[in-house]
This record gives sequence, C-alpha cells and structure tokens, in this order.
Amino acid sequence: MSTEEALKSQFPQAGLVFSQFRDNHRIGVPAAQLMDILTFLKNVHHFDMLAELTAVDYLEYEGSKDRFGVVYVLVNTQSGERLVLKTHVNDPDPVLPSVYPLWKAADWLEREVFDMFGISFSGHPDLRRILSPDEFTAFPLRKDYPLKGRGERHNFPVLTRSDG
Amino acid sequence: MAMKDVPDNVFMTSLDAAASWARANSLWPMPFATACCGIELMATASSRFDLARFGAEVMRFSPRQCDLMIVAGRVAMKMLPVLQRIWLQMPEPKWCISMGACACTGGVFDTYAVVQGVDRFIPVDLYVPGCPPRPEQLMAGIIALQDKIKHGGTLNGTEFGKRTQPTGPAPYDLDELIRIREANEKLVALN
Ligand code: SF4
Repeated sequence: MSTEEALKSQFPQAGLVFSQFRDNHRIGVPAAQLMDILTFLKNVHHFDMLAELTAVDYLEYEGSKDRFGVVYVLVNTQSGERLVLKTHVNDPDPVLPSVYPLWKAADWLEREVFDMFGISFSGHPDLRRILSPDEFTAFPLRKDYPLKGRGERHNFPVLTRSDG
Repeated sequence: MAMKDVPDNVFMTSLDAAASWARANSLWPMPFATACCGIELMATASSRFDLARFGAEVMRFSPRQCDLMIVAGRVAMKMLPVLQRIWLQMPEPKWCISMGACACTGGVFDTYAVVQGVDRFIPVDLYVPGCPPRPEQLMAGIIALQDKIKHGGTLNGTEFGKRTQPTGPAPYDLDELIRIREANEKLVALN
C-alpha cells in the first residue's frame, strides 16, 4: 500500500490534499492534524529523517488564503522515498506544534523559521533566534519587512581613532 | 663632532622618523576576512604576489600581535561588535584598511543585515576599492599606507590621540531616514 493510500485510509476526515510534480509527492495538511500525521509517517512508514523545515510568506500572493505556509520534507532512508508536507498558519499568532520530539533535526530548523518569520513552535526546548542577533526585534523574511530594515544596522557605537 | 668625522655607516635621523620607518616596513596584518575579498587577500599573501616583499606577510590571528587591520569582505550586523572588539584589542600603534566595495560601503548588499561601510563604526585609514580588488590593488594600498605611516608618525604615537572625530559618514544619512519612513508608511497602509 502506498503512503498516499495509507494516509487516506488512516485519516479519512483530515481533508488532505495530494498533488504531484515529477517525483515530488506533496500533501497539504491542516495544521490541527499535523502532529498526528507526522507521527504516523514517522512511526508507521519509517520517514526517519527530516530533511528540511522551512516557511513561505504568502502576503499579497495571488490566490492565497493563508499568510504563512510551513513546509516539511521527510525522507525514508530505507526506501529513499521523499514526501513534502505543507501546512498553513495565520496572523496574529502563528503557532505550530514543535516536531522536535519526532526528529532532533527540527531544533535548529524551527529556530530558523522562528527567527525569520516569527512562527513559534510550542514545545520547542530552546526557541531563540539563530541567525540574527539576539537583540533583533523584527522578522526579516516577512514580506512586509523592508529590505533595508528599520534602522537596525545603525545601532552601534561609533569608535574614533582615539578610543582604545 | 664635525660631520666629516661621521663614518659612512651612520645615519642621522629623528627618532620619530626611525620608528615610523621600522613600523611601515613590518606591518603585521590582522586578516578580518569575512567574504570573497578574503580569498584575494590570501592570494596577495601567497607566493605569486608575495606580500613578504613589503614586510607585511606575517598574518596573525591574535589581535594582540597585529598592527594592521584588513577588513576584507562584508560585515554583517551580528559581526560588527566582534570587529569593534578586535579593533580595540589591537595594541597601538595600529592602522585599518577597508578592502573592497563591501567593507567600504556595503557594496551591492544594501540590506537590513549588512553594515553599510565599516568606516561608520571604526576608524579607517585607507580604502581599497574593487569587487574584489586585485592583489596588485591591495599592494598599492599597502604601499600608500606605508607612505602615510612614514610621514607624520611619532615615536609615542601621539598623533592618534588627537583624532577624536569620527571620519566615516554620519550614522544616519538623509536617504536612509527617508527610506525608513517610506517603508513604515507602506507598512501602515498594508495593515
Ligand atoms: S567587494 Fe566584492 S569580492 Fe569583496 S566581499 Fe564584497 S562582493 Fe565579495
């Protein structure tokens, strides 16, 4: 039984959306079902590797209903099978359950998504910024953040030659 | 002692000039190489271009042993406090070369994360333009810096203490303020 059929029979009510492009198998998952489906895929179908976890900001994107898409790419290291799952979250308080308990790889990936998009992951052991400085307050990959920032790159003391 | 009694192998000079001459010919660079310009800096130091000809081949990774900071590459916001700290840790007398378009002005990276020229926040003695500058260009810069050191250097480095004014552009230029204001207005309109 293929993964797709297994998911359909296991979660008939979940409203999963299946699509395919070349050898990319993609599944749209409602955020409420996300944890159940990921747990099922990991424990029953041996998707034992989280290859990627990232997000997209769909602000003003044509035809989009939701603000953020969060993408999980899973790999079954025995069969080589790959699966792309996508779920959506919205302002004002975008939260998803952390998948850290399933895959340890999610630690830094979720921190990156939090840093860049401000999507928080409940249950994450250490949800801090990972790329931008700790005192940074904005979420720079959001589409409403100006490319040149809001003056953050100027907040430093100016040293002259006579200092130090 | 009359001049005619001085043997040929004795030179008359001032202490200031002798110290500056010695310093200029043994610059120890601190390679603050954060990006692609760093590759060119390495090429400058290696055999084909041979920075050793100018006495500046001893790259030290400890700021305590350096007297020439070469900022080679773009400096991210998160890196700037590190750069400032390393600069302050270097002993006097010290000089700073800003190498490449990115270190001088931010280059093409006019974004929230990249400092728009290190001279806004640390004192820079010499700018080397280019993206990246060729090794010849960097060596021309080092020769120009040697000239600068030889002219006007003092034994005790008293000339540095007088440079109390920042020499880079003002922290905010007008363009920047206008850009920030426009961005915020757009944001308000969006929400
Ligand atoms: S000036 Fe050009 S070569 Fe140098 S760091 Fe910037 S992009 Fe790279």
